[in-house]
Amino acid sequence: MESKKKKQIISMIALAVALVWLYPFYLMIVNALKSRAEIFTNTLGLPQDIQWGNFSEAMERMNFWGSFSNSLIITVVSVIVLVVCSSMAAYALSRNPGKVSNWVYGIFAVAVLIPFQSIMIPLIGMFGQANMLNRPGLVFMYLGIGSSMAIFLYFGALRSVPKDLDEAACIDGCSKFQTFWHIIFPILKPTTVTVIVLNSIWFWNDYLLPSLVINRPEWRTIPLMTFFFFGEFSRQWNLALAALIIAIVPVIIMYMFLQKYIIKGVSDGAVK
Amino acid sequence: MMMKNRDKSYWLFLFPSLFALIMVMFVPLVMGTYYSFTDWNGTRVTQFVGLEHYIRLFSDTDFINSLVFTGKFTLVVIVLINLIGLGLGLLLTRKSKLNTPLRTIFFMPNLIGGIILGFIWQFIFMRSFEAIAELTGLSFFSGWLSTTATGFWGLVILYVWQMSGYIMIIYISFINNIPEDIIEAADIDGASSWQIFWKIKFPMLAPAFTVSLFLTLSGAFKVYDQNMALTGGGPFNSTQMVAMNIFNTAFRDNNMAYAQAKAFTFLIIVVVISVTQLFISRRKEVSL
Repeated sequence: MESKKKKQIISMIALAVALVWLYPFYLMIVNALKSRAEIFTNTLGLPQDIQWGNFSEAMERMNFWGSFSNSLIITVVSVIVLVVCSSMAAYALSRNPGKVSNWVYGIFAVAVLIPFQSIMIPLIGMFGQANMLNRPGLVFMYLGIGSSMAIFLYFGALRSVPKDLDEAACIDGCSKFQTFWHIIFPILKPTTVTVIVLNSIWFWNDYLLPSLVINRPEWRTIPLMTFFFFGEFSRQWNLALAALIIAIVPVIIMYMFLQKYIIKGVSDGAVK
Repeated sequence: MMMKNRDKSYWLFLFPSLFALIMVMFVPLVMGTYYSFTDWNGTRVTQFVGLEHYIRLFSDTDFINSLVFTGKFTLVVIVLINLIGLGLGLLLTRKSKLNTPLRTIFFMPNLIGGIILGFIWQFIFMRSFEAIAELTGLSFFSGWLSTTATGFWGLVILYVWQMSGYIMIIYISFINNIPEDIIEAADIDGASSWQIFWKIKFPMLAPAFTVSLFLTLSGAFKVYDQNMALTGGGPFNSTQMVAMNIFNTAFRDNNMAYAQAKAFTFLIIVVVISVTQLFISRRKEVSL
């Protein structure tokens, strides 16, 4: 068995690394509370004169609530659309084994290898001509890019759902649609959680795609707003840092509450 | 009753995802490949130019530099992220009350978007490092992000900070799957923890390496947000990664067809690397 001393040393190492990991957060928080001048005279220490005003000013100037609700709407709608469409598609594929399904599954599988940057230019050109560079267009693009991964996860989970269940449900003659939503979908809940977690993190933080699709200031999401705000205020670190903290806070709050699901979702998504 | 192939509900269930996939991924892929051989300007094609764009790539030093830069970046971060991720995974799978809070901390940077991460680290490198330099007199901490080398290492540090916790989670889930009685038996037989790691845990973690290598490789090669927010490609485009080079060629210089030729080249590189890597890892796994 390990000696107690050795155990303590290992704990100390882990703690030391954790402090290094937290240091950027410390620097960000203390400096967001300083005045513009103090950041240059005292970067590493605690603030001498706490400036809470940085936060209210940053919040107002970056139109926080506006961009927050844009991010929320886009994330929630995209995730719902993705969950509904990809779970149904995976169900159809898993219950109809055969040549056609193999082909369709193969098409989804190949798409995983295609990096976004290699299709982004014609994609934006096409959607621009179709007048689809707007929020519904963005949701549709997320469905196209995200469905492969979601279908894999659902398809894998459906393998362990016995087919008798579908048939038993349909003795009373319900439609396939009803069978799926009433019987099968609830069983897939753990996978649904994984799909929601992985894709919410992606949609919420995504910058590149929205920066190309969203062309109206009033539709800007948090990453877009942060980008524009930072460009304007990069000489005023106190406001810029306050804005960065404000942009992170919603994610951290979510993380605190849903930590268990997030960590499980992330590892399931990678491992399965 | 089972759904029959090609019956109505089969296609109805498949349609939304399949339609989106084809419209968003495959139509642009096919169109883009065609555009890369023409003089496409984003809306119109007037003539076919053959391999002109692809030949031009070979003398485009910015593009070649960005490929080399991205390759170096990818190699360095793969090694560091996997070492740190595995190290943290091993540290945090021993019986300890610290496990959960520490895992929470290490994973946290992964939830923050690349743009925001880039700006946070811009502050740290430009302001905090400068303050450390003034405090300690070490010129090492001075002038970060103003040279190619510090820009490179700045990006590496940022990305390692962001991704190590993610890879740690993957290693942890594999380490937890190693049956405990094997480890206990080895322990009773007097194996040192070093031996337990190399002889038992390491071979059993082979699939974890495959997954982690794949994720870090494909992730690192496509980095854009962090690159744009941290260094913006500067000084003089020397820290520009491929994704950013393609983006700038298309949307800043408005050179659509040429950018698409770069994008297609990028696709080929990514596919070749991913497939080779998966192939090699799978073979190694079997032989272990």
